[in-house]
Amino acid sequence: MESLTLTDVEQKYYSELFVYCDTDNTKKVASNGRVLDLFRAAQLPSEVVVQITELCGATRLGHFGRSQFYIALKLIAIAQSGLPLRVESLNSGESELKDLPLPRFVVGKNEAEARHAALYQDADSQGLYPAPGAALIPRPPGRGHQNKKGPPSSTSLPAHEVIQPLAPSIEAQPEPTSPVISPHQSPPTSPHSWRKHKRAHSGGNADRQQVVAATGAVWTQFREPQTGPVTGDGMWSSHSPPPPLPPSQESWVSFTADTPPSSTLPAMHPSSVQESTTIRTVASATTTNEIQRQCSNYDDPWKITDEQRQYYINQFKTIQPDLTGLIPGSAAKEFFTKSKLPILELSHIWELSDFDKDGALTLDEFCAAFHLVVARKNGYDLPEKLPESLMPKLIDLDDSAEGPEAAAEVGYSASPVEVTPNKSPSMPSLNQAWPEMNQSNEDTAIVHPVPIRMTPSKIHMQEMELKRTGSDHNHPTSPLLAKPPELSEETKLPPTMKFVAATAVGDGYSSSDSSTSDQEPITRQRSQSGASPEALKVVAPPPPPPRPQQSHSRSSSLDMNRTFAATSAPGQPQTSAIAFPPAVPPRPLPTQTSVPLPGHRVEAEGVPAGGAVLTTTSPQQIPQQPNFADFSQFQAYAASEQPSSLPEMDKHSEAGQVDKISEGAGPLRTVKSDGPADERTSATVNSAKGSSGPLAPPPKPVRRRLKSEDELRPEDEQLGPQKAGAMPAPLTTQPSVPRSVGKDKKAIQASIRRNKETNTVLARLNSELQQQLKDLLEERISLEVQLEQLRPFSHL
Amino acid sequence: MAVCIAVIAKENYPLYIRSVPSQNELKFHYTVHTSLDVVEEKVSAVGKSLADQRELYLGLLYPTEDYKVYGYVTNSKVKFVIVVDSSNTSLRDNEIRSMFRKLHNSFTDVMCNPFYNPGDPILSKAFNGIVSGMMVQTS
Repeated sequence: MESLTLTDVEQKYYSELFVYCDTDNTKKVASNGRVLDLFRAAQLPSEVVVQITELCGATRLGHFGRSQFYIALKLIAIAQSGLPLRVESLNSGESELKDLPLPRFVVGKNEAEARHAALYQDADSQGLYPAPGAALIPRPPGRGHQNKKGPPSSTSLPAHEVIQPLAPSIEAQPEPTSPVISPHQSPPTSPHSWRKHKRAHSGGNADRQQVVAATGAVWTQFREPQTGPVTGDGMWSSHSPPPPLPPSQESWVSFTADTPPSSTLPAMHPSSVQESTTIRTVASATTTNEIQRQCSNYDDPWKITDEQRQYYINQFKTIQPDLTGLIPGSAAKEFFTKSKLPILELSHIWELSDFDKDGALTLDEFCAAFHLVVARKNGYDLPEKLPESLMPKLIDLDDSAEGPEAAAEVGYSASPVEVTPNKSPSMPSLNQAWPEMNQSNEDTAIVHPVPIRMTPSKIHMQEMELKRTGSDHNHPTSPLLAKPPELSEETKLPPTMKFVAATAVGDGYSSSDSSTSDQEPITRQRSQSGASPEALKVVAPPPPPPRPQQSHSRSSSLDMNRTFAATSAPGQPQTSAIAFPPAVPPRPLPTQTSVPLPGHRVEAEGVPAGGAVLTTTSPQQIPQQPNFADFSQFQAYAASEQPSSLPEMDKHSEAGQVDKISEGAGPLRTVKSDGPADERTSATVNSAKGSSGPLAPPPKPVRRRLKSEDELRPEDEQLGPQKAGAMPAPLTTQPSVPRSVGKDKKAIQASIRRNKETNTVLARLNSELQQQLKDLLEERISLEVQLEQLRPFSHL
Repeated sequence: MAVCIAVIAKENYPLYIRSVPSQNELKFHYTVHTSLDVVEEKVSAVGKSLADQRELYLGLLYPTEDYKVYGYVTNSKVKFVIVVDSSNTSLRDNEIRSMFRKLHNSFTDVMCNPFYNPGDPILSKAFNGIVSGMMVQTS
């Protein structure tokens, strides 16, 4: 065999490969089985492999000595780059060889693919594995170490390699490999840089060797931490951020399991001895790998597996025994500083993981931070934004996007919403934060009445609930129970997104199984609500602060706001709240509108009585029309007024009913159609009415009613028989009149308040819009000026 | 919209200063430095010690022919200075306020980070991102 000249890089690579194949650890001969697997992994046709074997002299010798092995590798590189296989070409034609890329082994040669097989089903890994340049990273010599483990690892490795080309992954086999691999392999580069390398690989050969050199350098650097080689798999498997780091995690976990728990994790990993760790990892990782693989989701590389999460939780407990509590920033700083990452990176990790920006870490945030630290230690670049799977389930990215959008639209204090959607309410000064929160609350379309902190921390929840209970006066001591009653009432409201949130929150609160389960449903469902975190984070201030939650967003109609606001008003009997806001307020207006009503009714002859009349006559399809509370009121009116105000007629009662029905319809209609001003005026009138009770209705409505009743009288004959059916129903509601009147007052007052708030909100919106309009006008003017300036030139 | 944004610590040394690179940055550094005098003047003039947002925002510190300088001081005497180009359709007060608010929020985030020692230059990527968003978009 002619002497083989190899570049340094090649030398290193080949030696490592040799060691890898050196299953018998003879350091002289590479085991045939391993070598053949390796060659198969090179994805060359079998005849080429045979040819290479012959050329390198192994056939002659019967085994692969080191030199034969190197020659074979070189020939593989040649073959892969498409050059004809000739022994002479090994050393001749140096110009070609200089550019020769390192032989690429798709299977088994990469840590990545090893991890792949360990972590993921092959479908994924296969698809991604053939990516060029995957094999550039040589296996560390530590593999020889692992091979000492004996049959399990050695057999697993070839099987491991074989896995790649085969479609199904052999579950059992990769188990031992991944943990075995993990301590020894470390991804040479971060996923981002890895991807670049990939591209480089596909690009030019010249790049490859440089890349290899670089990766080799980086890789050696990471050899010491010995963690997270498995993570590389995920990295390569998905073209996205690093995969779950389960194997490394497991190795990590196993480390700590064996080492005294007092020692902090991060410190341990870099310092643990290779051998001891590998042994441990082999033992412990088997089962964990299985579990990992089963639950690993290669679509989500940042996902924390169950073992990892359990580990993080245990670590959390060492700092903060209460799983629902917070880890203060200083304690977290100490803990993560032990991981020996540079402060700048820790700072960045903190920024990513402290989701609510409160300077403390909840369990979810802690897990995310820990996960990022692990990832970083394994060489993955930190993402710019927190990956979704690491989000502490407070709020989805969608929400955070919606929050700023809503804010931007409205033009309110955009800063808290735009900058950090999860701006914590615990800003430096509550005074400062409060107006912003108010505004942001208004920005968001959340109508949730109760301030809810977005963080899952029970402490905050309890704070909030306590405050809420204090303000509500009617809740039991248990803070968690305080929520559900309100929320359950709210569930009766029409299902909008916001109310889904409200109810969900209630559900979340009521399910007090574990901190995480509490937090997750709450936060997840909150995320559905589209509320910005600030809005829901109105933690400290109890309800006394204005009800910004009757947020008005441009998307929501005022009616809905009113409806929600009504329901959200504390102390409101929720059951009737639905009906009330639309129904109650504009009483005089219905009398106005009741005038056309008879006309409608005339037209709608033969319309069934009662609610049907309402539904058909009212121009807007108000769902809550059959407002029996209203009917009862009107019934009371009818009952009281008939003898006092109207000439006696049997049909008066009917007329009164009709009237009241019309009035009921009227308020419903007017709620929809009239603006808040109308509502307010009508509310005031209604309040007057309500206060006077069924006895002495104010003259105005009476007059109107008289008028309408007069008009109605001729129709009564027509509608009489129809109304007869309706009569019993309203009559039965009579006893409930006084109650409904009382509710009316509250409802009216609540609606007044709501309207005022809506008014202010709208006024603010208006001013903002005006400013924007001015801006635009200025721009327009400037553009026109420019246009004029240009115009003379256009003629030339 | 801003041409230069600076964060100055209580002891009047810069924690963060960033200008639109196309223009000579030194000029802006000088501008910010001289604006500190005006800030001090305004801060001392305001005798009240209320943490009122209005007082945090100092408003237009001084205009030159090319640009205007706005100031904002936090409760901890950390000052934010924004230099905007006069040739822009003049930004309204509200917009400047919102810019300061954003700055303040992200500054708070930086402060909350336990790995940040107050007094260190601000190296946070998030903060950088926000500032970039507010700077003039020049090619």
